[in-house]
Amino acid sequence: MASKVLNVFYTDDDILMEAVKKAQSKNYRIEEVFCPFPVHGLDKLLNVKPTRLAITSFLYGLVGISVALTMMNFIMIVDWPQNIGGKPSFSLIENLPSFIPTAFEMTVFFAAHLMVITFYMRSKLWPFKKAENPDPRTTDDHFLMQVNVGDNDIQEVAEFLHSTGAVEIDLKK
Amino acid sequence: MSHYEAPIRKPLVTGEKSYHDISVEIARPVEGKANKTWWIVFSISLIAFLWGLGCIVYTVSTGIGTWGLNKTIGWAWDITNFVWWVGIGHAGTLISAVLLLFRQKWRMAINRSAEAMTIFSVVQAGLFPIIHMGRPWLAYWVLPIPNQYGSLWVNFNSPLLWDVFAISTYLSVSLVFWWTGLLPDFAMLRDRAVKPFQKHIYGILSFGWSGRVKDWQRFEEVSLVLAGLATPLVLSVHTIVSFDFATSVIPGWHTTIFPPYFVAGAIFSGFAMVNTLLIIMRKVVSLEDYITIQHIELMNIVIMITGSIVGVAYITELFMAWYSGVEYEQYAFLNRATGPYAWAYWAMMTCNVFSPQFMWFPKLRRSIMFSFVISIVVNIGMWFERFVIIVTSLHRDYMPSAWTMFSPTFVDIGIYIGTIGFFFVLFLLYARTFPVIAQAEVKSIMKSSGEQYKKIREEQGDDAKLYTMPEQKPLPDFKKLIAEANTTSDSSDANTKTE
Repeated sequence: MASKVLNVFYTDDDILMEAVKKAQSKNYRIEEVFCPFPVHGLDKLLNVKPTRLAITSFLYGLVGISVALTMMNFIMIVDWPQNIGGKPSFSLIENLPSFIPTAFEMTVFFAAHLMVITFYMRSKLWPFKKAENPDPRTTDDHFLMQVNVGDNDIQEVAEFLHSTGAVEIDLKK
Repeated sequence: MSHYEAPIRKPLVTGEKSYHDISVEIARPVEGKANKTWWIVFSISLIAFLWGLGCIVYTVSTGIGTWGLNKTIGWAWDITNFVWWVGIGHAGTLISAVLLLFRQKWRMAINRSAEAMTIFSVVQAGLFPIIHMGRPWLAYWVLPIPNQYGSLWVNFNSPLLWDVFAISTYLSVSLVFWWTGLLPDFAMLRDRAVKPFQKHIYGILSFGWSGRVKDWQRFEEVSLVLAGLATPLVLSVHTIVSFDFATSVIPGWHTTIFPPYFVAGAIFSGFAMVNTLLIIMRKVVSLEDYITIQHIELMNIVIMITGSIVGVAYITELFMAWYSGVEYEQYAFLNRATGPYAWAYWAMMTCNVFSPQFMWFPKLRRSIMFSFVISIVVNIGMWFERFVIIVTSLHRDYMPSAWTMFSPTFVDIGIYIGTIGFFFVLFLLYARTFPVIAQAEVKSIMKSSGEQYKKIREEQGDDAKLYTMPEQKPLPDFKKLIAEANTTSDSSDANTKTE
């Protein structure tokens, strides 16, 4: 049988942070914490690895600028060169100054949208997705720490967490 | 704990508020019923919008000839309105992106509404070039798609095409930036909702936001990177709008100062519009504790600074016209200041350069009524700026025989009024259905910038405890609970150890 998990509720970010530290000092396994707002430093405390979304955004930006330049090179230089206002149309590099604005916009377009889509996919966020916070109060003013009891005595663990300032403790269903 | 903030900074959230109070107060306009004022303003806006829609239908079905344009003045109100609306749209991203990069916490009370304003005004802006095409059903021709008439492509040398890319990138990126920030707040509304219909709708809108630690970590990183992307983006958009004019050879348009000058003007008018909207909104939905006098004052300071930049740009333009020695350029500016459109020029000068200078006086910039009046004056002035740039530069061109004046028809005016109506329809609907303040972010700055916590630190020193131990529910007997669950569920793992 899987070991039991306790839902431990707090109502203050400072108390939560202290409680996380205390629970870790006892080697209790914190499975997840749900917060109504970003609590700074909590991810480091829980050893959550830094996110790489910024890196993906940079890569998407590179894709964006490549797509933009390839497209404009094909359209304006290769497929149908035209003399427009005397602007040189014989090679990409000569015509480049005119292409900077579009290339920039497309870089931003790709970097922003693809990063956000990656974020939504990784965090499983999309329309009609069912929310997974176990208690509706966690988007209001409650912080929910899920502690895996493991081989410890459940009542002992609960009493210890109670002493850290938890307002409510119940069993995860 | 690390909630220190210099005591000299004034509190951004006033009154004694718990986290729950914030949820309640921000959900109130959404959960409550609209009052009479809302319905009156909404009806007026809707009528204006429908009137504008009628004028658009008339324009499209009859032709651009229904406007006051003539063979000398081919651009007038429509492009004026386009630039005006795009300019207004700039404050939202500035507040949400640039102020985020500069870690200005005061942005959190106003960024949501400012971004909403951005999106709604860019929508209005986008209407004008599309209507001006005459055949709006062919608007997709501005996209680089192959077509059946041979591979005649769009022209990437043209600033008008750059505009297509700039405006659509700006609109779509602002939208996802806004929506990503909205997810936790929609989730709050979803979890508070009592009626199933509302719960369902906010459930869809919140994309199933749950608020895990990893989600929040990604959320903050995404916000930061989007801010980093949106900052150059917002500058590029109005730069490119100014290229529409600056890359031409029309005296009065052909100016290298245009990009920074347009960007400053855009921020100027955008902040004025934010002030107009928020001064009303904070009152109507009782959010004075979040959008404080200090917020209004800070926006007034931005208005003052950008207004002064715009003033410097006006004077630089005049100087360059004289200094360049180009007689056409000189005439264009002389004509602006003393010609038949001098009234428009001096209206612009008074509204944009003179009126913001009152903000040097702390008493005036802290006065809500005065800020409101100035915000309206600035927006009138910025409309005249675009009108002056566009129409006065065109109406007396190189050939005196072609000189003429522009007078708008009722259709020109109707479409403009219509977009104002459309804008307010969208904004009023937003104010009743969206969380108008980024409550999750406001909660995260409560301990550093909330009034009661600042007081505690003042009284007890910077290391004071910023919490009191809450009342705790007594613990249940878990072993009994588990045993009960096992006997009732009768599952296969019922008799394994529970120690």
